[in-house]
Amino acid sequence: MFDALGDRLHGVFSGLSGRGKLSADDIDLAMREIRRALLEADVSLPVVKQVTNAISERAKGAEVLGSLKPEEQVVTIVNEELTRLMGETNVGLAMASKPPTIILAAGLQGSGKTTFCAKLARHLQKQGRAPLMVACDVQRPAAADQLEVLGRQIDAPVYRGDGKDPVKIASQGVKEAGKAGKDVVIVDTAGRTSVDEEMMAQLVDIRDAVDPTSVLLVLDAMTGQTAVDVASAFSDAVDFDGVVLTKLDGDARGGAALSVRAVTGAPIIFIGTGEKIDALEAFHPDRMASRILGRGDLQSLMEKAQETVEIEDPKDLQRRIKDGNLTLEDFLDQMRQVKKMGPISQLLGMVPGFKSATRGKDIQVDEDKLGRVEAIIQSMTPEERRRPDMINGSRRRRIAMGSGTSVQEVNQLLSQFKQMRKLMKQIGKGAIPAGLAEGLAGGQQLTHP
Amino acid sequence: MSDEEVASSASEGEDLGRWADLFGLERPPEPEQDEPKKRRGFLSRMRESLAKPRQGLAPQLASMFSDRPVGPDDWDDLEDALIGADCGLETTEEIVNYLRSEAGAGRIVMGPDLAKALWKTVGERMSPEPPTITLDGAPTVIMVAGVNGSGKTTTIGKIAYRLSQLDQRVVIGAADTFRAAAIEQLQTWAERGDAELVRQAPGADPGAVAFDAVAAGKARGADVVLVDTAGRLQTEHNLMDELKKVAGVMGKVDPAAPHETLLVLDATTGQNGISQARLFGEAVPLSGVVLTKLDGAARGGIALAIRSQLGVPVVLAGTGERVEDLQPFDARAYAQAIFSPDDQ
Repeated sequence: MFDALGDRLHGVFSGLSGRGKLSADDIDLAMREIRRALLEADVSLPVVKQVTNAISERAKGAEVLGSLKPEEQVVTIVNEELTRLMGETNVGLAMASKPPTIILAAGLQGSGKTTFCAKLARHLQKQGRAPLMVACDVQRPAAADQLEVLGRQIDAPVYRGDGKDPVKIASQGVKEAGKAGKDVVIVDTAGRTSVDEEMMAQLVDIRDAVDPTSVLLVLDAMTGQTAVDVASAFSDAVDFDGVVLTKLDGDARGGAALSVRAVTGAPIIFIGTGEKIDALEAFHPDRMASRILGRGDLQSLMEKAQETVEIEDPKDLQRRIKDGNLTLEDFLDQMRQVKKMGPISQLLGMVPGFKSATRGKDIQVDEDKLGRVEAIIQSMTPEERRRPDMINGSRRRRIAMGSGTSVQEVNQLLSQFKQMRKLMKQIGKGAIPAGLAEGLAGGQQLTHP
Repeated sequence: MSDEEVASSASEGEDLGRWADLFGLERPPEPEQDEPKKRRGFLSRMRESLAKPRQGLAPQLASMFSDRPVGPDDWDDLEDALIGADCGLETTEEIVNYLRSEAGAGRIVMGPDLAKALWKTVGERMSPEPPTITLDGAPTVIMVAGVNGSGKTTTIGKIAYRLSQLDQRVVIGAADTFRAAAIEQLQTWAERGDAELVRQAPGADPGAVAFDAVAAGKARGADVVLVDTAGRLQTEHNLMDELKKVAGVMGKVDPAAPHETLLVLDATTGQNGISQARLFGEAVPLSGVVLTKLDGAARGGIALAIRSQLGVPVVLAGTGERVEDLQPFDARAYAQAIFSPDDQ
């Protein structure tokens, strides 16, 4: 559904011959496409206007450099401008010089506050801190139960107080933390709508009662044009210090990130990237800019790979790949490592250019099929895995029986494996397909035919 | 929310009547009321709960709709208003082009003509007929699905409450066995709505809970079985497969179950709503959208885009937290409320 901005600009500039300065007309056309791209990514309209003005100013003076295509240059400007607007670098969570650090989580209903509180507690535990969570959401049925269940999962205490007066619960929670020797207090609050003055006043009362080190606004990454209104309403009421963007593991482009930052100036500190309690990450403006523009996020993919993939002897594996001696055992091992990183479809979405290369087509990786492949390889003897060439007809039948698959499936796997080994050998020799190499290096070329 | 509070609401009789219409049930006799109070329906409630957007849609609309000839600048303002309500570019352009052609044909001349034509076309595009959910199953099984935090559990609670007011026997299946304390939250709602809750331990197989709920509903002669499911992002293929399985398992008790599947959509959702409706719809056929949290600044225009692009209509709309804030959807009133220059 979403084409990468580069693709669209390619269309705009395709009629452009010669080099030199972009004409005012070229820039106007480009701005229209940029506006569309930003609106489709849910950047709020007033912010889109602000951003396109800034981009247009820069593009006007820019020379089209010899080696770059005009669309690439404009994309670079857009990317830089978005990154700049989101604050260039990652901002960490401020800690009080004198404990306890008190963090107040606020946000609309269903934005993910309670889950975030538990994820933050886990995150801080990993840094050697001792958090206490305080359940001040007395509005939603069973909200305190939810926090308590999550607390038990990570072995962090939850203070519930009388379950009635949120202001009292908050201030008693802070005292409780002091007594129990906890150095961080995380206060969960009831969800509210931005216009609910009574609830907003309650939030202000809680803030005044506990004097938090940081007030964080928890915002759903799928939020549309409302993001600006929500951010300014909370900013006016409690003047939050930072933002947490949740549910970024889906396919939301997350333009709200840009809107909130542009309107309030508060940095985005964390992003929520999954249902697991560990799925909380630091925010990186440059990566977010890529995401908003639909450019993929190779860096996050690399990090994810480094975190999860364990290769016992990488040198040995590299040598075998280079020599074309990859075995089915290696293949199985690789497959399992990749699976550990998360759903393959999600990983593919992070590859720059992948979304636009497959545009319109919903690429679904059949995770079931991977399970069948695993079963086939497991039904082979170690000798067969190392020397797939020895697998003859009767061995194929045995493997199919043993894995509960068919001979055709075994055949298919073996021929695919052969092809892959051949390809690996070529890559090993340095004969990488040109498009792929450029795609990995710049995230651009892959999208152009 | 106590029963007294609900009963004291001025428009309670009318509200319940609209729910009866939705389900094709007989309207309960209306209590005696003063005439003016009775008219307080969907529109006034929407107007009441929608805040004036800060970024100034209202002044633009006020100027556009004022008693003067429609001018060229108005089309840009109209486009901004539609985009600002999250209708998305495609749907926005469709509507603006249509209205421009109407103006070109001389059917829209003055501001008030434009307002009326906009409300009419938005209303018609969203749903030309009032929504209906026919209760012809024995029992009718309604499954509720959606992304995390969209308001599924609350929606189930409110539907159960209304159905029991209409003397329907309701069983609720707590098939969200994943989110911590989801079952407890539903328990509270089941008690308020006087419904029976079928539950298992947290972490239990959601398909098994759904199966039990439908079987229990059948055995106990319930009229409606409401099945809650865990929130899931539409891009999680494994979880979408699980949802398919939950629906399939219910079909073993009654091949027609689930009779209805409602997608709960947060009205603050932007363009991602299209992806939600598309991918949930691929997993389980959707009969309608429940548009929640239409309060605050949220306009919920993405529901219009979903109806235009995927054909799934809005069935219920929620304007707040109180039980009476969930209402059968009235497309024309909605259009008038979100594109109204005089909301204060």
